[in-house]
Amino acid sequence: MKRPAIEPGTIQAAFRGSLGHFSLDASFVVPARGVTAIFGASGSGKTTVARCLAGLHYLPGSFCAIDGEIWQDEAAFRKTHQRPIGYVFQEASLFSHLTVKRNLLYGAPKDVQASSQDSIGYDEVIELLGLVQLLDRSPHKLSGGERQRVAIGRALLSQPRLLLMDEPLSALDRPTKNEILPFLERLHARLSLPVFYISHDMSEIERLADHLVLMQHGHVVGAGPLQVLQGDPSLPLAAAREAAISLDATAEHYDPAYGLVTLRVSGGRLLVPAPRVAAGKRQRLRIAASDVSIARAAPDASSILNVLPARIVSKSPLGPGEVIVVLALGADGRGAQLLARITLRSWDQLGLVEAMNVFAQVKGVSLVPGPDGAASEAAGPDAIAALDKFLDGISFASSKAMALPKSHARQIKSPGVRRCSELETSFPHSPSSA
Amino acid sequence: MSGLPPELWQSVWLTVELAAITTVILLVVATPLAWWLARSKACWAEAIATVIALPLVLPPTVLGFYLLVTLGPNGPGGSIASLWGGRTLAFTFEGLVIGSVLYSMPFVVQPIRNAFAAIGDRPLEVAATLRASPRRAFWTVAVPQARPGFLTGAVLGFAHTVGEFGLVLMIGGNIPGQTKVLSVAIFDYVEASRWHEANILAGGMVIFAFAVILTMTLIEKRSAVVRP
Amino acid sequence: MRFSKSVRLAAAIATWVLTSTNLPAAQTNVAVAANFTEVAKEIAAAFKAKTSHEAVLSFGSSGQFYTQITQGAPFQVFLSADDARPKKLVDDGLAVPGSNFTYAIGKLVLWSKTPGLVKGEETLKAASFAKLAIINPVAAPYGAAAVETMKFLKIYDALKPKIVEGATVVQAFQFVETGNAELGFIALSQLTGPETGSRWLVPQELYSPIRQDAVLLKTGAPNEAATSFIAFLRSPEARVIIEKYGYVLDGQS
Repeated sequence: MKRPAIEPGTIQAAFRGSLGHFSLDASFVVPARGVTAIFGASGSGKTTVARCLAGLHYLPGSFCAIDGEIWQDEAAFRKTHQRPIGYVFQEASLFSHLTVKRNLLYGAPKDVQASSQDSIGYDEVIELLGLVQLLDRSPHKLSGGERQRVAIGRALLSQPRLLLMDEPLSALDRPTKNEILPFLERLHARLSLPVFYISHDMSEIERLADHLVLMQHGHVVGAGPLQVLQGDPSLPLAAAREAAISLDATAEHYDPAYGLVTLRVSGGRLLVPAPRVAAGKRQRLRIAASDVSIARAAPDASSILNVLPARIVSKSPLGPGEVIVVLALGADGRGAQLLARITLRSWDQLGLVEAMNVFAQVKGVSLVPGPDGAASEAAGPDAIAALDKFLDGISFASSKAMALPKSHARQIKSPGVRRCSELETSFPHSPSSA
Repeated sequence: MSGLPPELWQSVWLTVELAAITTVILLVVATPLAWWLARSKACWAEAIATVIALPLVLPPTVLGFYLLVTLGPNGPGGSIASLWGGRTLAFTFEGLVIGSVLYSMPFVVQPIRNAFAAIGDRPLEVAATLRASPRRAFWTVAVPQARPGFLTGAVLGFAHTVGEFGLVLMIGGNIPGQTKVLSVAIFDYVEASRWHEANILAGGMVIFAFAVILTMTLIEKRSAVVRP
Repeated sequence: MRFSKSVRLAAAIATWVLTSTNLPAAQTNVAVAANFTEVAKEIAAAFKAKTSHEAVLSFGSSGQFYTQITQGAPFQVFLSADDARPKKLVDDGLAVPGSNFTYAIGKLVLWSKTPGLVKGEETLKAASFAKLAIINPVAAPYGAAAVETMKFLKIYDALKPKIVEGATVVQAFQFVETGNAELGFIALSQLTGPETGSRWLVPQELYSPIRQDAVLLKTGAPNEAATSFIAFLRSPEARVIIEKYGYVLDGQS
């Protein structure tokens, strides 16, 4: 195998070989920052990749370099305990003979109490994960969610330079997942640590991930920014019934009279009803392909709030009678991409062609209660209460797991994603016409 | 117990000393052995495990006879003994310790091995991801989690050494203060038809055995509570 | 259940065989002191050839047999290694009074595997050896005889730290045979093979005769095989065998 050039700032991996009956051939390069989700059906090799990154599996002839540091090549293999990683397993796997506190400190350096610029402090972790009340308990007296929070804290306190989370929520029931997710989002917001988040649940990924590695049958079928992969019609995500694009927006203005926030995304602005949001806040949005329709001209009287100029990038067939259209926002087509699912008949009747300037009508935008969202401002157990209260008042979007071929994905609901449905108000002015 | 002659107390003390030393040696030897047996996937590991388990099935006279030959002047025991000018390791306290270690080995290895196997890979993987070297993971995770197995092994090893008879008879030579342990002393009293002393000693052994088995049961019960 | 039926049937047949005195062939269980093992086997074979009765032999230490017999062990004849236990069994009311007699007188020998090592009592007095094997004197008369010999020679206290005890004659023999003890006091009857090593037949003046007594147990009184075996033990045929193994007969020592 030819060794790739080492690039600082990236995580380079090429794992090849077989373990038992399973054969893996997974290569990818992702940035060494933010959350990279590894997504795929059960048995696609996600966990094997994570275990290879951790050094828990040894595949001869493989390669792995983290931010310019070689962990494995043909000459060397760093053993697990020599890799600065944190690993959160599917089951919390706490040490049953130690208290919560001693579990937390097991991998921590001796002077961990002091939180500094480049270290994760003990107090910060127990505050971040709401562990104060659990410290003297024995692991078997914890609930599933509490155990997983301790496991996350324990991994963080070992001062990892890479955090691997192998389906940390999949063994938990829905309410417990909702207990943990806000903590993960806060983690993401507060720590600059690169994270691999392994999941077969797209709704978790839409909430947390910046980058995505898409796996199928032991191969990487796509790797890159989440939005890019979501909007790539050649990949299974865009072709799925629940296809959606996750966008990171910035709040610009809040209109208290109508309760609307103006969110700027690349190439346009969206108006979304929401609790008060301070200007400048980052906010993750989810826009489903089924919530976007296309108009040749801006409608002059419509209840649809968000009509944005856009350019058609591509069109791909999607089952009988439907097409999936990739749109780029902005009259110049340089903005963020959206997916629109429309009928083939509409495509033909409107005379749409690629590279045509059109209007994207966005019927619904979901606000993901991200790290800076209202849900996670309170600390510790209060955060759970706050989140519960917040979630009680809204309806949940239901999104089926991605219909990947041979997918074992379960039917899931994503309560953390707030869906703002179509509003019965007329849009005051049409966006600049093409 | 004032009715017992002093040579009997010597036997009691000797027995306790033998069992204690044997148990300590067994824990030292059995721990790495049990660890290897629990972790190894090699098929000859089972062959080794079987060899260790042989004393469970073989009559002590078989092991005793082999030991007599092995410990003797023509065997390795004789070479070792010659280091300090001895001829043989038979009839010595050291020889008895060697015999007891071999004979009680399965009683210590088995529970510790089972306890190690019950831990599984995961806690050790977790420890490795927390920067613990294999050595640290062994001492701070595997050993503490296998504690009930160590307790059971130690109690069984001690008790079995106290109770062994056939082997001691064959390699001991019945030397007071050196190899005349409790079980042999009881044998002597029975042989001499001194049933009063035999009764007292035998009764003591029954109480000891009861205490041992009760202790074991309590250990198992407690460990079940601690680790659901 | 077929099994228990057949067991009952077998038990019935056995009882009938054992209790019937009319039958030409009967069976008896004989407890034999370990030192007499080889001799007893040969005698039992001759006994069977002559009377077609069968003597089923058990070998062990006399002390254990005594204990077992007092606890109801199913023996009809007891060949002890001493004369005290058979007498005691008579006193206990477990053996037929007057049936005990000396079937053999054991000879004590000091033996070593090393040729030339054992020369005589001077070997004991020189004490240039590490371990001297004897048989447990509490359990076996050969052991008591060895102690008696050493006491007579006034070397017992000096040799005491070198003494190792085997629980039976066989074990004491093994100690010497395997070389763990350089020499040992054993029964002459054990040295049946080709003469190896060196030996000193301890003179009878140095120790009281090891009278090995046999006794007919009360359970054996109605058993024809048992009574015949006792009788056969006194026969010239048996005496030839006994002498062949190095025992002395009563009235000859």
